[in-house]
Amino acid sequence: MSLLSQTRSVIAMNVRSIPQRLWMSLATVVSIALVVAVLLGFLALANGFNQTLKGSGAPDVAIILRDGSQAELNSSLSRDQVDLLAQGPGVRRGADGKPLISAELMLVVDGIKKSSGTKANMPLRGIGPNGLAVRKQVRLQTGRMFAPGSNEIVVGAGLLREFNGFEMGKTIRFGTQTWRVVGVFEAPGTVFESELWADAPVVQSLFNRGTSYQTARVVLADPAMLPAFVAYAKNEPRLQLEAKSEQAFYAAQAERSGALIKYFGWPLGIIMAIGALAGALNTMYSSVSNRAAEIATLRVIGFSGFSAFMGTMVEALVLSALGAFLGVAICAVGFNGLSASTLGAGFTQVAFRLQIGPQIIGQAVTLALVIGLVGGIFPGWRAARQKPLLALAA
Amino acid sequence: MTDFDLVRKNLFRKPLRTILLTISIFMAFLIFGLLVSLNVGLERATESGSASDRLIVSNKINFTEPLPIAYVNRIAAIKGVTGVTHSSWFGAYYKDPRTSRFVGFAVDPETYLTLYANDVRIPQAQRQAFIAERTGVIVGKAVADQFGWKVGQTVPISSNIYAQPNGRRSWDMKISGIFTGAKPTDSTSALYFHYDYLNESATFGRDQIGNVAVRTASPDLNDAVAKAIDASFANSPYETSTVDEKTFARAFLKQAGDLNFIVSMVVAAAFAAILMIVSTTLVSAMRERTKEIGVMKTLGFSSPRVLRMVLGEALMLSTIGAVLGLGTSAVMLGGLSKSPVGANFGDLNMSPVVAISGLLLAVTLGLVTGAVPAISALRMSIVDALTRR
Repeated sequence: MSLLSQTRSVIAMNVRSIPQRLWMSLATVVSIALVVAVLLGFLALANGFNQTLKGSGAPDVAIILRDGSQAELNSSLSRDQVDLLAQGPGVRRGADGKPLISAELMLVVDGIKKSSGTKANMPLRGIGPNGLAVRKQVRLQTGRMFAPGSNEIVVGAGLLREFNGFEMGKTIRFGTQTWRVVGVFEAPGTVFESELWADAPVVQSLFNRGTSYQTARVVLADPAMLPAFVAYAKNEPRLQLEAKSEQAFYAAQAERSGALIKYFGWPLGIIMAIGALAGALNTMYSSVSNRAAEIATLRVIGFSGFSAFMGTMVEALVLSALGAFLGVAICAVGFNGLSASTLGAGFTQVAFRLQIGPQIIGQAVTLALVIGLVGGIFPGWRAARQKPLLALAA
Repeated sequence: MTDFDLVRKNLFRKPLRTILLTISIFMAFLIFGLLVSLNVGLERATESGSASDRLIVSNKINFTEPLPIAYVNRIAAIKGVTGVTHSSWFGAYYKDPRTSRFVGFAVDPETYLTLYANDVRIPQAQRQAFIAERTGVIVGKAVADQFGWKVGQTVPISSNIYAQPNGRRSWDMKISGIFTGAKPTDSTSALYFHYDYLNESATFGRDQIGNVAVRTASPDLNDAVAKAIDASFANSPYETSTVDEKTFARAFLKQAGDLNFIVSMVVAAAFAAILMIVSTTLVSAMRERTKEIGVMKTLGFSSPRVLRMVLGEALMLSTIGAVLGLGTSAVMLGGLSKSPVGANFGDLNMSPVVAISGLLLAVTLGLVTGAVPAISALRMSIVDALTRR
C-alpha cells in the first residue's frame, strides 16, 4: 500500500471515529467557535465603522475647512469666503449654471442613546439647496425634505435606529425655538445617515451664527482638478483654507479606529486562542491514547508512522475547521448587520452596522486553523512515535 | 495518606493533561481579571475626578453650545450655591494639531483653582503668579515633561477652534506654574489659562463660555440647586441643563459605547469555552478511573467521601488556574498602569472585589465541572465499576 493511500485510510479512520469521543471533540469545536466568534465580533465592529467612514466620502467632492481645525465642528468660514470658493478652479456647474457648492453649518445637539439611556452628541447640519447635490448617496425614505426658511428637520435613518428623541413628526425644542421632524432620509453605509439636517439660514439665525458657515463642499468637474482647487483655497490671500477630497477626509478618520482592534480585539482573541489550544491538545492527546491499540496494530501490519501522524493532524484540523465554521456562523447570524454607534472623530455619534467580510473572516479562520495545526502536531508526533509492541501489550 | 494527598496525586497523575487544563482555566481568569478591572478602573476614573458637591451647568442643547458669561454671576446668586467658576474648551495643541493635542481650558483662574483645589495641585507661589499674570498659563506635569517646558518660559499654544483678528491661531502664554493631579496616576495632560486673555483677542465667541461649575453647600442640596438653576434660565435663548459632575462624566464615557456589555459578552464566551473543555475532560478522566473508584468503594470509602474527592479534584484544578490567572492579570495591570496607554484608564489595579469575585467564580466553575463526574462516581455500584471496561 502506498504511503498516500495508507495516509488516506488512517485519516478516514480518525475522522470517522470522532463521534466516539463526541463530548471532548464537541468541547474543542465549541471552544474554537467561541474564539472565532469573539475575534470576528471585534473585527466586524471595527470593519463596519471603517466601511461607514470610507463609504461617506466621494472622490469628486472637495471639503473645505479652516486650516488646522481638523473637524467640521471646529471650523468656520465667512459668507465672503464661500463666495470666493464658488469661483475656484474646477468647480462643476449645475443645471442652472451655478457652481455646485454647499456651505454648511455643523453643531451638536443632545439625543438619547438607546443602548445606555444617556445623552449623546447628535450632529445637526445646516445645509443649503445644494446639500443634496453634493451627496448623491442620499434618498428620502419617508416624509419630505424641510421647506427652506422653516423650522423643520429631516433625520438620518441610522440616527433613528440608535437614538431616541427625533422620531418622525416629533416636535423638538432647542432654546426658545421648536423644530418639527418632517422627513427621514437614508444614505446606507455613510456617516450622513447619523445626522440631522435643517435649512442653513434658519440654523444660522436660531443658533446666533450670524452669516458665518463652518464648512463647504464643492463638486469638482473631475477628481483630477482637486490639486488645483486645493492650491487655490490655500494660496488665495482671502481664503487660506484647507481643502481636501471628502474621501480622504473620512478615510483619515477611519484610520484611528484601528486602535480598537490593536489594543482589544486581537490580544483577547489570542489569549482565548491559547486557552482553546490547550483544550484542543488535550482532546487530541486523549484521542491518541484512546486509539493506542489501534495505532499499534496499524504499525505492526506495516502502516508508517507518517500516516499515524497525518491521521491525528487531519483530525485536529477537521475539528478546528468545524469550530471556525460554527464561529463564523454564530457571527453571521448574531452580529452581522447589528446596529451600533460610537463617538466619531468629529466629536459626534456615528451609527454603523457590524460588518463581516471575506478579509476578516479569513483572519479569524486562520487563527482557528493555527489552533488546529498546533493542536495536531504534538499529539500527532506522539502517535507516530508510539512503540507498537509496547502499546499492544498494555 | 490524607484525602487531600489522594486528590492531589489524582490530579497530577497525568501531568500534561492537568497542565493543559490549567492553561485553559488560567487564560479565562486572565481575561476576567484584565477586562473586569479595566471596566472598574474606568468607572472609578469618572468618579474620582468628580466631587459629589459639584454640579456642571451646560447649554441644554448640548454641552458644546455656549452660555453667556453673565450667567456666572446669576448662578452665584442662587440659594445653596457656595462657589462658581467657568471653563471654555480651547482645542489646544502645540505646533502639530494631530500629534500634540491636549486638554486645554480658558478659565477664571482664582475661582477655578478654588473649586478644583483638590484636582489641580500647584504650589502657592505659582498659584499667585498665575492669577496675577494675564497671559499666564499653568500646564500639567505630563505636558511640561513632554515638551521640556520650564516655569517662566513663554510658549505659543494653538487652538483648533479660535483665531485672533490677525489670523493667528496661537496665543503666546507664559508658564506660571506646573500642576499635578490629586493622585500620581491622574492624567495631567492639560493646561489652564486666563479666559480674559482669550476673550479680548478671539474673533468670535466674545463673552461666551463653555460650562459653569457650581459648588453646592451640601450634596443633599444638589437636586434642588440644579432645578433652581435650570428654572431661572427656562425660556431664555440659552436654556441650561444642570447635572452633578459624576452624571456628566458617566454620560460622556457612555458615548463611546457600551463597554459593560462588551466585557460581559467576552468574559461569558471565555468561560463557556473553558467550562466545556474542563468538564468534558474531567468526565473522560473519571471514566478511565472507574475501576479504581470501585476498588476504593470496596476498601470502604463511603460514596459521599468519593464524591467529595472527585469534586475536590475539580475544585483544586479550577482554583490553581484561577489564582495563577488572577495573579498574572494583577501583575499585568500594574505594568499597564505605568505605560502611556494605561494612563487613559485611570487607576489600574485589581480591586479586592474583583479578586474575590474571581475566586468565587473559580469555586463555582470547580463545582459545575466536577458535578457530572462526581455524581456518576457517587451512584456507581461496586460491581458495575469493577466489571466495566
